[in-house]
Amino acid sequence: MAIASPAARYDSVIIGGGHNGLVCAATLARGGRSVLVLEAAAQVGGAALTREFTPGFRVSAGAHLLHLMPADLLRELNLEAHGLEWAAQGMATTALVPGGGRLSLGAEEAGRSLTPEDAAAYSIYTARMRRLAAALVPMFSRVPPRLGTTGWADRIALLRLGWQVRKLGRRDMRELLRIVGMNVYDLLEENFDSTALKGALGLDAVLGANFGPRSPGTVLTLLYRLSGESAAGASGLSQPKGGLGAFCDALAKAAAALGATIRTGTPVASIRIEGDRAVGVVLESGESIDAGSVISSADPKTTFLRLLGPRHLDTGFVRRVNHIRSQGLAAKLHLALNRRPEFSGVSDSSLRGRLLIAPSLQHIEHAYNHAKYGEFSAAPVMEITVPTANDPSLAPAGQHVLSAIVQYAPYALKEGWQSGRQRCIDAAVDALEGYAPGLRSCIVGAELVTPADMQAQFGMSGGHWHHGDLAFDQFFMVRPVPGAAQYRTPVDGLFLCGAGCHPGGGVMGIAGRNAAQEVLKVSLNSP
Amino acid sequence: MTTPRELDAIIVGAGHNGLVAACYLARAGLKVLVLERQPFIGGAAVSRRLYQDFTYSNCSYVCSLLRPEIIRTLELPKYGLQVIPYEGGCTMMQGGGHLALYDNHDALRREIARHSKRDAEAYDRYSRDVMRQCKFIKPLLMREPPDPTSFKPRDLQELLYLGKRFHGLGEQRMYDTLRFWTMSAADFLDEYFESEIVKAHFAGSSIIGTALGPRSPGTAYVLLHHYMGDIDDTVGAWGFARGGMGAITQALGASFEASGGSIRSAAPVAKILVRNGRATGVALADGEEIRAPLVISNLDVRRTFLESMDAKDLPEEFLRHVKNFKIRGSSGKLNIALDGLPRFPAIPQGSPCTRGDMHVTDTIEMMERAYDDWKDGRWSRAPYIDMLIPSQIDPTMVPDGKHYMSVFVQYCPYQLADGPWDAAKRKAFGDTVINTIAQHSPNFKDLILHAEIRTPWDIENEVGLTEGNIFQGELTMDQLLFNRPVPGYAQYRAPVRGMYMCGSSTHPGGGVMGAPGANAARAVLRDLGRAH
Repeated sequence: MAIASPAARYDSVIIGGGHNGLVCAATLARGGRSVLVLEAAAQVGGAALTREFTPGFRVSAGAHLLHLMPADLLRELNLEAHGLEWAAQGMATTALVPGGGRLSLGAEEAGRSLTPEDAAAYSIYTARMRRLAAALVPMFSRVPPRLGTTGWADRIALLRLGWQVRKLGRRDMRELLRIVGMNVYDLLEENFDSTALKGALGLDAVLGANFGPRSPGTVLTLLYRLSGESAAGASGLSQPKGGLGAFCDALAKAAAALGATIRTGTPVASIRIEGDRAVGVVLESGESIDAGSVISSADPKTTFLRLLGPRHLDTGFVRRVNHIRSQGLAAKLHLALNRRPEFSGVSDSSLRGRLLIAPSLQHIEHAYNHAKYGEFSAAPVMEITVPTANDPSLAPAGQHVLSAIVQYAPYALKEGWQSGRQRCIDAAVDALEGYAPGLRSCIVGAELVTPADMQAQFGMSGGHWHHGDLAFDQFFMVRPVPGAAQYRTPVDGLFLCGAGCHPGGGVMGIAGRNAAQEVLKVSLNSP
Repeated sequence: MTTPRELDAIIVGAGHNGLVAACYLARAGLKVLVLERQPFIGGAAVSRRLYQDFTYSNCSYVCSLLRPEIIRTLELPKYGLQVIPYEGGCTMMQGGGHLALYDNHDALRREIARHSKRDAEAYDRYSRDVMRQCKFIKPLLMREPPDPTSFKPRDLQELLYLGKRFHGLGEQRMYDTLRFWTMSAADFLDEYFESEIVKAHFAGSSIIGTALGPRSPGTAYVLLHHYMGDIDDTVGAWGFARGGMGAITQALGASFEASGGSIRSAAPVAKILVRNGRATGVALADGEEIRAPLVISNLDVRRTFLESMDAKDLPEEFLRHVKNFKIRGSSGKLNIALDGLPRFPAIPQGSPCTRGDMHVTDTIEMMERAYDDWKDGRWSRAPYIDMLIPSQIDPTMVPDGKHYMSVFVQYCPYQLADGPWDAAKRKAFGDTVINTIAQHSPNFKDLILHAEIRTPWDIENEVGLTEGNIFQGELTMDQLLFNRPVPGYAQYRAPVRGMYMCGSSTHPGGGVMGAPGANAARAVLRDLGRAH
C-alpha cells in the first residue's frame, strides 16, 4: 500500500481500516477529499479478514457471509473491477432437523416439507415481513434526525419517516406498529406450527444479539436484518472468493484507486485536540498526523474513552458511553477437516449454502438462559457454512473448512475463557456431531474465536460485532448515544463511522457511507 | 326484576373498572344496570371471609394506583373508603441483613448509603428521573389513545397533544424517554446503582404480574407502571384500604347506587346480544334477556369477544388480533391466617419496615432464574414474593392478637408443563412459597392457621380473568397505548355499535387504577353528545 509522507496533512484521517472505515474513505475520496486510513493490523478488513487458523486452512475469521451491503453501494465501489470474485451468491438456507431431517427455507422447497397450513402461512408471512422491512430501508441510508430541535432538516426527516410508515397503508402500518415491539417467539407462534420452521426463523432474529427469542425487541432485530437484506437486493447471501478478507482487499483497492491513502500496521495512540477541536492523531510510534477532521471506525467506547479521553467530554456524555451495552455473545468456531463433512440428509447443494442448528425456539431460549448467567450454552445454536464447498482454494485439495457462528458464548465467561475455551469447543462439536455423525473423527484443527478474542484481536470493546447491542434503547437516533447519533460528536472535527453508529453492524458499510456524507457537508475551510 | 324506566346501559362485570364506569354514567343521568357473575361484587378487588373471622384481600392487596381524581369525583371517602399509607417496606438478604424502605426520601437515602454511598448519590438522580417519567405519563392515563393510522381530527389532535407533551420534555429528556420505555429494568437500574440489594429491590415492581424477567426489554415501563400511584401527593396513594381491597369496590358500589344505579349479583351474563351490527342487550345464563342500547364490558377482551359474543358479529381481523392479545398467567397468591406476628430476625425489633411490603429476593439474577422456571412451565423454585401483614395497620381484619398475611407470588404458570393443576400440585406450590418465607422467619410455619393458595388457574376460575392475568393483558410495548387491546380499537369502542370495553385490557392497563373505567365512560358520553 502507498505510504504517505509524514509531512502531509490530510482533509480527513480515518482510524481503523475495517469495512466501514474503507467505505468511508472511498466515499470521501470520491467527494474530492484527501483521506488517510490508519489500520493497526498488518492487513485491512478489521473483523472481516481471511486468515490461516491451521497450516494450509484459511477462513473468514469474523463475519463469514456477505448479505447486508446495499446493492447501490457495491455498484458505486465497483469492487469487481478491483479483484472481487464471488465464490457463491444467493446461497440457500437449510435448517438441520434432529433425527437426520432438514428443512429448506427457500420459498418453494419449504412449501414441500411443510403442512399446507404452514406453507400458506409461510408465504403470507415472508411477503408481509418483506413489505415491512422494505419500508424501513430508506431509514438506513439516512442520518438519524435529532429530536426537539428547531432545525427543519430534522423535522423533515421525522415527517419523511412517518410518511414512509404511513405509505404502508393502514393494515400493514398497524401490523408494523404492533409487532415492532414484540418478541420473535410470539410472532412466530402466532403464525406457524412447525417447530423446525419457528426455530430456524427465530435464529436470524437473535444471531449476534444479546437476546433470546422471548426477549421483546427481537422482532426489531429481525426486521433490521430483513431490511439490510432487502437493500442488498437479489444477490442474497454471498461468499466472496478468498473469504471476507479478499472482499476488504478489493474495498481497499477501490478506495486507493479513488485517491485514499491506506497505512496498515500503524496503530493510533490518541486523537489530538487543540482548542476543543480534533486536529489529528498521534500514532503509537509517536508520529503525529494533522487532519481537518478525524473519523473513527473504532467502537464508541474505544473512541471516546481511550483514544479521546473522558476529560474532553462532559460527565453526562461519558456516563452514557460507559453504559453502552457492547458485550458480545457470539463466538466463531473454525474446524479444519480432512474430508468433506457429511450432514445427514443434507445434499451437496445445501452444503454450499447456510446450515442452521436451531431445532426449536425453546432450544434457542435455553441456549440463551446460560448466557444470562455468564455461562456458554450447553447446547449452542449455530449458523454453519462450509466455505470450501464453494471455494476450494481455502484448504488443501480434498480437505475442508467448517466455519460456524456459535451462540451463546458470553464475553465475560464466569469461569474464564482460559478453562472454558476447550469445553465450549467440545459443546459445539457435540452439537455438530449430532447432525453430522463422524465429524469429530475428521477434525485436524480447531479454533474458537470468543468475544474476548475479538476484543483482543480486532480491538472491539466487548467483542461485539455490532459494536453495541441492537435494541430499541441503542437504535437509530439514540445509537450509539444521544449527542453522537448523527456521526458527529461533541468534539468539533471528530466523527464516528463504525458499526456503533446507525444503522449498526454486520458487513453493511452504510454507517461508513452515511458518516462520509456528513463529513462532506462540513466545508473544508471551516475552522 | 323489572325496571320502572328503560335501561340506558348494561355493564357486564362488577370489577372496579366496571363500577367506576357505572358511577360516571349514572352521575351523567343514565339508567345503568351492573351485572355480576359472583354473588358478591368487586371482581379482583374484594375482601372475603374464607376462614373464621379473618378478612382476606384475596386478590389485589394494595391500594396504590387508584386515580385521585376518581376518588374525589365519586366521593369514595364519603362512601366508606379509607386508605392508610404504608409506613415502610424492606428486602431481606439471603445471608441476613436487609434494605429498609421508607417513604421519606432522605431516610431512604441514608438507608441506601448503608449498602453503597455511590448508590445513595445515584438515588437522587434515579428518583428524579423516574418521577419525571411519571409526570410525563400521568396525564396520558386519563386520555383516549389516538389511532395513528387515522386522519380523523380527534386522532390527529390527540397525536398532536402527545407530540407536544413529548417535545416539551426537551431534547435530552426525549431520548431518555425513548430509551426508558423500551429498556429492561435490569439495564435501567444498572445505569444508576451498583449494589445488588438496591437493584433487586427496585426491580421487584418491574415483574409483578408480568410474564417477563427483569432482563426483558420493556420491563422498565412495568416498573414505572407500579410507581404511577405514589407520585400524587394525596395521602394514601400507596397504602392499605381499611377493611381490605373490598372497601374500594364497596365504596364504588355505594356511590353508584346513591346516584340511582342498580347492581345484580349472581347474574352471570352468557351472551352479549347483537342485532344488525348493534348491541341490544345481554342474555343471562338462566336465559333471561335484558335489553339496553349500550353494553359495556368489564371483562377482558378474550372473555368479551371470544366467549360472550358470536364470531359472525365481529370483523375477522379484529378477532385474529383478540386471539393474539397476550394474556398470560404468571402470578399466584397466598392468603394466610396467622396465630400471631411472625418474627423476621433480619429486621430490627420495632422497625416500621415490617408494616409495609416485604421481599426476600435480593438479586436480579434470582428474579431472572425464577422467570426461567416459568418459561419452562413450572412455578419458580425460588419465587419472587411480595408479602404484607395488613392486620398490623388494620386490626379490624382479624380476631384479637391474630394476623393476616397477603403473599403475592411471581412466577406461577397457568399451564404446567407436566399436566393440569390439581390439589397436590397446588399444595406443592403453596409449600414452595411457605418454605421460602420460613427461611427468613423461624416461627412462621407454627403460626399458620389457614392458607388459601391461589394459582393462575384458580384466579381465572373465580374472578374470570383469562389465565389469571392480573392486568387483563401483558403490559408489553406491543400492547400499550394505541395497541391496547387491539390496534385500531384502542378507543374503548368495540367493532359493534353501542358496545364498549372498560376493563384493564384497555389503555392504560391493569392495577386497581380505575382509569380504563373512567375513560370508557367518557367515550360513551361523548358518543351520546353529553359532557363528561
